[in-house]
Amino acid sequence: MREHNVRCTLNVNATMRDTLVRVDATLLEVLRENLDLTGTKRGCNHGVCGACNVLLDGTLVRSCLMLAVDVGERAIVTVEAVAGARPFSDVQRALIDAGAIQCGFCTPGFVMALTALFAHDPRPTRAAIRAAISGNLCRCSGYVKIVEAAERLAGVAP
Amino acid sequence: MRDPDTAARRSPPRLDAADKATGRARYADDIRLPGMLHAAIHTSQQAHARIVACRTDAALALPGVHAIVTGADIAGTRWGGIVKDETMLARDKVRYVGEPIAAVAAIDAATAIRAAAAIEVDYEPLRCVLSPDAALARDAPLVHEGFAAYVKTVDGGGHGNIVFETDVAEGDVDHAFAQCDAIVEGTFETQAQHHVYLETNGCVADVDASGRITLYASCQSVHHAQQRVAEELGEPMARIRVIATRVGGAFGGKHASNLHSIAAWLARAARRPVKLVLSRMQDFEVQRSRHPARIWMKTGARRDGTILARDVRVTLDGGAYADESPAVLAFALLMSRGPYRIPNVRAHGAVVYTNKLRAGSFRGFGNPQATFAGESQIDDLAASLGIDSCELRLRNAMRAGDTAFGGQPVASCIVGDALMRVRDAQRAASPLSPREGTQRGIGFAVMSHISGLMGTSATVQLRTDGSIALATGCVDIGQGADTVMVQMCAELLGVPIERVSYAQQDSDVSPYNWKTAGSRSTYMTGRAVSVATIEMRQRMIDQAAQMMECAAADLELVPGGAVGLVGIPKRVSFKDIALHSLFRSGGPIAATHGFVFDGPGFDPKRASIHRLAFANLGVYTFGAHCVEVDVDTATGAVAVRRAWCAHDVGHAINPVSCEGQIQGGFVQGMGYALTEALHWNDDGWLTTTTLADYKIPGALDVPPDIHAIVLEDPEPSHPLGAKGIGEPSLVGAAPAIANAIRAATGVRLTTLPMTPERVLDALETR
Repeated sequence: MREHNVRCTLNVNATMRDTLVRVDATLLEVLRENLDLTGTKRGCNHGVCGACNVLLDGTLVRSCLMLAVDVGERAIVTVEAVAGARPFSDVQRALIDAGAIQCGFCTPGFVMALTALFAHDPRPTRAAIRAAISGNLCRCSGYVKIVEAAERLAGVAP
Repeated sequence: MRDPDTAARRSPPRLDAADKATGRARYADDIRLPGMLHAAIHTSQQAHARIVACRTDAALALPGVHAIVTGADIAGTRWGGIVKDETMLARDKVRYVGEPIAAVAAIDAATAIRAAAAIEVDYEPLRCVLSPDAALARDAPLVHEGFAAYVKTVDGGGHGNIVFETDVAEGDVDHAFAQCDAIVEGTFETQAQHHVYLETNGCVADVDASGRITLYASCQSVHHAQQRVAEELGEPMARIRVIATRVGGAFGGKHASNLHSIAAWLARAARRPVKLVLSRMQDFEVQRSRHPARIWMKTGARRDGTILARDVRVTLDGGAYADESPAVLAFALLMSRGPYRIPNVRAHGAVVYTNKLRAGSFRGFGNPQATFAGESQIDDLAASLGIDSCELRLRNAMRAGDTAFGGQPVASCIVGDALMRVRDAQRAASPLSPREGTQRGIGFAVMSHISGLMGTSATVQLRTDGSIALATGCVDIGQGADTVMVQMCAELLGVPIERVSYAQQDSDVSPYNWKTAGSRSTYMTGRAVSVATIEMRQRMIDQAAQMMECAAADLELVPGGAVGLVGIPKRVSFKDIALHSLFRSGGPIAATHGFVFDGPGFDPKRASIHRLAFANLGVYTFGAHCVEVDVDTATGAVAVRRAWCAHDVGHAINPVSCEGQIQGGFVQGMGYALTEALHWNDDGWLTTTTLADYKIPGALDVPPDIHAIVLEDPEPSHPLGAKGIGEPSLVGAAPAIANAIRAATGVRLTTLPMTPERVLDALETR
């Protein structure tokens, strides 16, 4: 079987990155293997667990379900860049402070899902928070402290 | 008395939280070494077959393939916790679909996968046995023909397809049943549950010019992994070094694994680093599950509610290899009495080989199965006696000074308090509005567990700047052990946690620890940390006494990192002490403490015990759950609306982490209760190999309110009073939910998971 590689220019975390990718490589593979952005995790490679979530032009997507060659000029934001120049984004800070991080493998995916939520709704209700993370699996926390973290950030809980 | 504002009382953010939140934490799959190859495994396509031929020519011919290993290449050293029955790769025959037969290392993952697929295996199929019933049938094929010759560290009386048999008994059960006014009897069936850690199993093996291996592994113990790799590669342990990566969840599923040995073997053969990370599908097929169980149980009481007797027979489906099965069986039997004063108990158990994925350790370790049966039966017994189920539990609950099943004295026991706490909390909560088409039920369960077993150790050292270097062999698998160990050390020295560093586990330097398992880290390793810290503190005080020319008895620790004269504002800092010891006299200040579990053992005068896989275990913990469920009578769907979970942690080192363990454990138990099950088809193929087919709870499946109630009844044998909380929160979920379903509908479900189909079937036969 011959491999087909193409050169791609990806807009990742506000930097243009040139890279040679297999035509069948997922965005997740390219982020992790070509660009050394290993914060985005492979939990199932099947679109179920949400650990590979990234933002594409501000929209939450599963990077394991998208081919890198299909990204085009859209702006990719990964967990490494959500805080911008700060050490932590508000979402990251809230998860840390609430004790919502255990094994941490699902955490980047939750960070991205909550970042997408708060970008369009700064004061989400508990129901909106639970819906926003319903595509992310966590096996450690039972989700309780993740929801608490988001509620504190939304100002709807103490 | 302890100061409530000290480091241990607060719950500082976890040491690893910032790295994990920002994506910097490094897991096995995040490691890339120069020249690193990628490995893939070729797995069995048959549940039970002889391997006639295994051809690797086509795979070897692929460009980019650097090494291949098959069962024919290995020495055939057999590995196992108690029964040594497993080889790194299948040799003469395969015993389950998914069993590794060969492995390839290639230039990239895609090439490795192609090469593994190009390996051709000729099989001579054998009849397979997919359940204990089939395996115990008279003409059943043997899963292990050579069983009699295997090395066993404990004789378990195995024969045929029986791996191990155990008996534990106290009192005179038959006589006691004759005195009972009410007797309930039933058979309970539980399923194979998978751990579903979000990070699949994986590791990277590196090799130096002399062939010495360094393995970076997602694991529960560097020492245990090192031992297995050394045995399977035929190398002395000195030539195998294991370093723990961050671990993305384990729950018992990341014990020493043949994957570590396969990666190490390939690295040694290719003389290059090799990464082996399982896909989710392979992780389901290749690793471990919780033991499916069939439990027959009978419990009897006098009219006044005094429980007199229980009789239990447990059959565990062990899968193709023994792994931790004998120990899981032992623990299931020891937990089968529940936290009750039942004077006459007889428990018999057997674990049986089948041609399926091996069953092994998984959070709860036999206790979830036993407690599902036991706590379901307590509710049925209460109904038959006409007594409130909580009252029946309280009347028979163990108390401090009682003995556990097996005869060990139990110094502290607050199971009754735990039950009253959840009952009162539920009663005090404002009622939830009913949902149309559903029936509401409230259910309870109590449970006990342990946190003391096996051996561990810790080392502390004072550095030149007065800061502290702490090291243990305890791998943090996500539960927060790193932070808790540092908190204990800092508290005992009166310094902020930032002054204590904690070493990543490395078998070259880490003090020995058995493994992160059995809810034992905070109690066992935490005790070693505490005692070592107290010893080092004394050495610091002695050094200060020499420096200040006074008696050590006149000195005390001053918060913030100094030693001072009692009542006089004269002190020397930790830094002064360190510098004096290093450059003037005394020598480096450090301390190590190690021990093997030393609690009171089983009492042969009280209990008759045959073939128990454990020499000793203990430090019992207790808890209680209360759940409210809505049962949809049209669809059979069960929704858990609220839960209260009260658990005795001895002393909470990090209360927020304790809550996290309780809530997370309860939800994993909810999955066990309601949705999770591995399924095999008639040919022995696992059909639930994706997270879409195997349903773990998501955010919308869990109740918004899971109230974790942390109870503190200090453990006298731990300097800080702490006990473990890793497992018990999973144990109570399934029986509490089953009891709530019965309270709502009157039907008793005896099979897990309690799917809508099973609930509807039960409702229709009401």
